[in-house]
Amino acid sequence: MKLKLAFISIAILITTILAGCEPLLVLDPKGPQAETTANVIWLSIITMAIIVIVVIVLLTIMLVKYRASKQSEDYEPPHIEGNPIVEAIIIGIPILIVAFLSIVSVKSTYEVETVPEGYENQEPLVIYASSSDWKWHFSYPEQDIETLNYVFLPTNRPVEFRLYSYGPITSFWIPQLAGQKYAMADMVTKINIVAETPGDYAGRNANFSGEGFAENTFTATALAPSEFDKWVEEIHATAEPLTEEQFDKLLEPGHLGQMTFTGTHLDFRPAPEGEHSGHNHGDSAEDHDNHEEHEDHEEHENHENHDEHSGH
Amino acid sequence: MEFFERFAIPHPSPLIYASMVAIGLVMLAIVFGLTYFKKWGYLWREWLTTVDHKRIGIMYMISAILMLFRGGADAVMMRLQTAVPDNTFLDAQHYNEVFTTHGVVMIIFMAMAFIIGMMNFVVPLQIGARDVAFPRLNAISFWLYFAGAMLFNISFVIGGSPDAGWTNYFPLAGTDFSETVGVNYYMWALQISGLGTLMTGINFIVTIFKMRAPGMTLMKMPMFTWSALITNVIIVFAFPVLTIALLMGTFDRQFGTHFFASTNGGMDMLWANLFWVWGHPEVYILILPAFGVYSEVIATFSQRNLYGYKSMVGSMVLISFMSFLVWVHHFFTMGHGALVNGIFSITTMAIAVPTGIKIFNWLLTMWKGKIRFTVPMLYSIGFIPLFTIGGVTGVMLAIASADYQYHNTMFLVAHFHNVIIPGVVFAMLAGLTYWWPKMFGFMLNERIGKWGFWFLSIGFCLAFFPMYITGLDGQARRMYTYSEETGFGPLNMLSFFGAGLMAIAFILIVYNVYYSFRYAPRNVGQDPWNARSLEWATQTPVPEYNFAVTPVVNSSEAYWDSKKNGHQLFKDKISKIHMPNNSGLPIIMAGFFFIFGFSFVFSIWVGVILSALGIFGCMAYRTFENDHGRYISEEEIHETEKNFGGAKE
Repeated sequence: MKLKLAFISIAILITTILAGCEPLLVLDPKGPQAETTANVIWLSIITMAIIVIVVIVLLTIMLVKYRASKQSEDYEPPHIEGNPIVEAIIIGIPILIVAFLSIVSVKSTYEVETVPEGYENQEPLVIYASSSDWKWHFSYPEQDIETLNYVFLPTNRPVEFRLYSYGPITSFWIPQLAGQKYAMADMVTKINIVAETPGDYAGRNANFSGEGFAENTFTATALAPSEFDKWVEEIHATAEPLTEEQFDKLLEPGHLGQMTFTGTHLDFRPAPEGEHSGHNHGDSAEDHDNHEEHEDHEEHENHENHDEHSGH
Repeated sequence: MEFFERFAIPHPSPLIYASMVAIGLVMLAIVFGLTYFKKWGYLWREWLTTVDHKRIGIMYMISAILMLFRGGADAVMMRLQTAVPDNTFLDAQHYNEVFTTHGVVMIIFMAMAFIIGMMNFVVPLQIGARDVAFPRLNAISFWLYFAGAMLFNISFVIGGSPDAGWTNYFPLAGTDFSETVGVNYYMWALQISGLGTLMTGINFIVTIFKMRAPGMTLMKMPMFTWSALITNVIIVFAFPVLTIALLMGTFDRQFGTHFFASTNGGMDMLWANLFWVWGHPEVYILILPAFGVYSEVIATFSQRNLYGYKSMVGSMVLISFMSFLVWVHHFFTMGHGALVNGIFSITTMAIAVPTGIKIFNWLLTMWKGKIRFTVPMLYSIGFIPLFTIGGVTGVMLAIASADYQYHNTMFLVAHFHNVIIPGVVFAMLAGLTYWWPKMFGFMLNERIGKWGFWFLSIGFCLAFFPMYITGLDGQARRMYTYSEETGFGPLNMLSFFGAGLMAIAFILIVYNVYYSFRYAPRNVGQDPWNARSLEWATQTPVPEYNFAVTPVVNSSEAYWDSKKNGHQLFKDKISKIHMPNNSGLPIIMAGFFFIFGFSFVFSIWVGVILSALGIFGCMAYRTFENDHGRYISEEEIHETEKNFGGAKE
């Protein structure tokens, strides 16, 4: 069959391309979160490939065996209503596959949403990542520094990115470290990342956000904790402090290169969390909208602690 | 002067000026042609004022094919722009407009129009009815759709196209970030055509429930009619959500409300939720009629009854219900946590089960059959493996953790084109070829049709399979360009090549219409495919009253039974038939809607008020109009039936 041939040749083409090139970013993980997703992706590709192959084989058998040109002129196909056993099989097997993948999905989703296994006891490094048209601002409240369009991470330490946006919805994505999460103007979302291998990783906004969207990228550099500390010290020694005026200028639509500052914009332009959240209608935490899960309340308290720290 | 400046395009380019000239020339040519051949009267009497479901269906499909070429031109431009790294064929703004209009045109004005057109033509024939329940409402539906489509299409020459994606997420679509009138066009074009769609939904539910031929219980309806019924039920439940969301968006943009703003108590996520509460069922609105077409075509060309009729119906009912329970999977990454994502991940995967049942039922319909490789059957055979690939990648996307990596990438783009093109587009081409002789009385050329199929299928694979790979390699969707270091270049070039093959396929398909119109024999008889359901029991092409005598039905394949098992379809004698009169009101009313939408887009309140008065005037006229339809006399029916080759009694 031409059709079958076409599919086989396409399958071969795809495998050669897959094998011939460098590993695809998503399937070349450098941290536990991305590794979980890469494993899930491989598992689902294999499961799904089996289904596709079964369907193509069945189709080929039907087409080869029951094509009109192979049958006698007076062959009259029978009237078949359906068979409970056959139908139970074609319902039952998909249900089993879906049940299996549901378990995989729920389990892995919980995994990538929390701090990776083995890192729960370490205190995470908190980095606020906020997007503006069409840049990424990274604020390190603990280190009291801020960078533009690049971020340094210590390896083997959990990093908690807190995401929000000074404009349209954006999506924070470092494919080799973890999947995406949206950054929005009226609330803070969180992403847990651990980088296990030092290196430079491409990061970008993956959610369309207007004219400059294509170039809305950044670099994430993972480096050993000691080097990370050295880098922080260096910044404190060399960089200029970030002023409110300067920050407002940075927010104007456009593209800028990489920049470094001491201090963060969180002091004069707090992140939309806790009392600054777009959906906070009063002082009491009970007034929070339902969509903010109770985790956020804890975070609210954490945040206040941070404020106290930075107030020193 | 300021008044007129708003109508200028904000980002002009030679391409836009060229298309302006082209549009002008085409319109001049049409006006000149109609005048020269003295066809204005014919056009008005026979088509523009018609309430005949068959003609409305054909007009829907012609519009859909025109929109296919509009959206297709957008697609080729996008593939061309991204074929090589750092290309400068389109700038960012222009590219953003192009992918936005591509999405809207293809979903709302191409696919929807095609399926509604096909339902219009086929459903009344399949249930042995003379027309739909509300013929004039049907005409209003079509003309509202047409007004919406035209409103959307003039956006790129007057005032600028929408540029926030077909999903139109706020706050990007708000006035802060999208200052031109483009998104206003989006709001009103979708609103007006959406009203038409909602009316279609009501019309077809009533038609199918109330107008079936005697003996046709629900479980004896042909499968396409079943799919149409379920589709229209989904339409009636889903479209009001869109109506309200669009209205809220309009208020945000034009009256300063904050429904979707991120300040003052508004919520940007609300738009995403409302959009997809409509948007996901919309996917099934598109695919279920396609499933219906495949069920008819595969049964006919396997010369067998459809396997597992009951499970086919059951799975569609289940799909319609579940289609409303999965919308969150469009934004797993919005940060609602593992529990919510887990639940929606499971519901999403669960919907694959009823879909899988259908695939196996089609395979089992071919089993022990006598398969003929006609053009409609080729599309159906190509559909099965390609749609399966699209379906299983859908299951992959449904795994929430993995979706964090696929979301917003070319992988997603590959997936949904992989279900929509082999699903909907193949089905519409299969259905069009299959029912073509019923519509026009001649067959489309098989040879050219097969060439078209192969170009389309191979072009499709080349255009979209590489996107799965670039998606996994980190290529985000909607990027107007990318750098050379990313390594996306070669695969994108392959995509462009595939898009080119698909363009050739569509040109071949249209050429086939021309070729067959000129050369195909006209004496094809009423049943050229040796088909099974009721629409083939009437004359070809179908007389305006459909059936001279209302058929009596005993099974879902009544016509097959009448051919093979001696079932007598037509028992009554011919008597006079009551038919609705043509009316110019629907097109006039839609004209007012067009002016209303256009004025609203530009906040020209005088125009809004006057056209609103016009709309209400049309309604009032209809209310007081005394039109009871007309009768076709017995003699006239005998005469018509004789011309078609003998009355059937």
